[in-house]
Amino acid sequence: MTDWLTPEEWRAVALSLRVSFWATLISLPAGIAVAYVLARYRFRGHQLLNGLVHLPLILPPVVTGYLLLLTFGRKGAVGAFLDQTFGLVFAFRWTGAALAAAVMAFPLMVRAIRMAIEAVDPRLEAAAGTLGASRPWVFVTVTLPLILPGIIAGAILAFAKAMGEFGATITFVANIPGQTQTLPSAIYAYLQVPGGDAAAFRLVLVAIAIAMLALLLSEWVGRSVARRIAGA
Amino acid sequence: MTLDVRLRHAFAGFTLDIAFAAPAGVTALFGRSGSGKTTVINAVAGLLRPDAGRIASDGHVLFDSAGGIDVAVHRRRLGYVFQDARLFPHLTVRQNLLYGRWFAPRGPGETLERVLDLLGIEPLLARRPGALSGGERSRVAIGRALLSNPAMLLMDEPMAALDEARKAEILPYLERLRDETRVPVLFVSHALAEVARLATTLVVLEGGRVLRAGPAQDILSDPAAVPALGIREAGSVLAARLARHEADGLSRLETPAGPLWLPRVAADPGAMLRVRIAAQDVMLALTRPEGISALNILPATVTAVRLGEGPGAVVQLRAGTELLLARVTRRSAEAMGLAAGRPVFAVIKSVAVAQSDIGGSG
Repeated sequence: MTDWLTPEEWRAVALSLRVSFWATLISLPAGIAVAYVLARYRFRGHQLLNGLVHLPLILPPVVTGYLLLLTFGRKGAVGAFLDQTFGLVFAFRWTGAALAAAVMAFPLMVRAIRMAIEAVDPRLEAAAGTLGASRPWVFVTVTLPLILPGIIAGAILAFAKAMGEFGATITFVANIPGQTQTLPSAIYAYLQVPGGDAAAFRLVLVAIAIAMLALLLSEWVGRSVARRIAGA
Repeated sequence: MTLDVRLRHAFAGFTLDIAFAAPAGVTALFGRSGSGKTTVINAVAGLLRPDAGRIASDGHVLFDSAGGIDVAVHRRRLGYVFQDARLFPHLTVRQNLLYGRWFAPRGPGETLERVLDLLGIEPLLARRPGALSGGERSRVAIGRALLSNPAMLLMDEPMAALDEARKAEILPYLERLRDETRVPVLFVSHALAEVARLATTLVVLEGGRVLRAGPAQDILSDPAAVPALGIREAGSVLAARLARHEADGLSRLETPAGPLWLPRVAADPGAMLRVRIAAQDVMLALTRPEGISALNILPATVTAVRLGEGPGAVVQLRAGTELLLARVTRRSAEAMGLAAGRPVFAVIKSVAVAQSDIGGSG
């Protein structure tokens, strides 16, 4: 298996998996929270929050990447603060690639989860309240289990999006082999050099395989969870 | 245990303004759809915040607009049985039943074993709500509310979604609930037969106002309450004891008004029953009728006559210690000279009393 890809290609695949995994995992709680707020509350600024969440979906990825560089770069307001306080650096590191992937995948994740929350009958939550459950408990014991298929679908969608993220990533953290060169960046790099077609093609096959696997997994998990919840 | 409710709430084109007290036992909120019943019960549960008012259970204030008190739903400890059951689809029947247990304060309350026995739902424990019939769902919903150790049980037409057969299946369980647990019940209904079987206290709502409130037996046998209850539905409730089943398929019941023969009653001899006698099934005679097919002829005295707007009249009778209602025409009332104090005979056809009009009584 390892012989099939060169170490450099292998590093790009492994990095992409790591970046996507962390991007999905870290953004999941925020995604659930934002989806819940958007689905269940009406307040001033609802439209603004909704717009902000969806912005990365509509903006050119290069613009998103550049905005990330301005904000989270070494000299950016947030980046400088995180660097000095926690020693957390995003610029030109794999963590930056994860951040870019998370931001780009966020709208898709929120959409999927929000739709699941909107499908939950609020009367069930009211019933849980009359049985003595406070709001947080209602969420944990009723809402969360009922939206689990949506959360899984959203997470897998976000993971797939993160695997494919290119524009914002290359703008924010460049294309450094072994550090920030993800699968799409590697394919792009191979296509820029003469004779790189074979390597690019191998990585394309890997990308297709991972995407198919994610799709099948989400179908299967979604269906088994839905069956458990519909309960017959 | 007394629940005191006073509230005012304005909807578009409708204002609710009511006050009543629900003592221990089963209190029925009766009224047509749109009379505000569900709003009242939702306000008591804390699912709806009224514009103004005060709700207190045994002096424990749940809501007081003047005092700025509004106890959160989950702290009110009122078990709510919804019309649509609202079982959690992702949990088994057992998990649904025990849901409230996680949050209920420890203390004396119903045990799972007793609730399973009371409602006959033990065989359903491992199933999920998706695989239950309507009647089973209702029973599980009642059990779930009971097991949350509530100070009071609220029921919003727990049987409205059920057909007649399922209703007949649930009613005995509700009667057992009334007679065997000490949990007071506030229930909403627009079916008078149901109310007559279950309620000890009756609150009649109409257009967002309380029309009548008091002991159920008093209101059900009050001719003045008949228009509010519906003339076709009106009728009084007799306390009865099942004496014996007879060979020809009839059952003999002893009531303070005299003996009644009814088509075989599904109960054991000695059982205490509540029998609803609809006003339109009672015929009056000045002398004891002879050669008549009706089996039940009870001597009685007229206590009140209420002439209606149309050709009808409602006559209240005292038979023994019980009150009966009879629906007759104005013409007959005048021809017979019916007035308070006049002795009459009340004639009741045995077959007029339906099985669904006979309920258990503790």
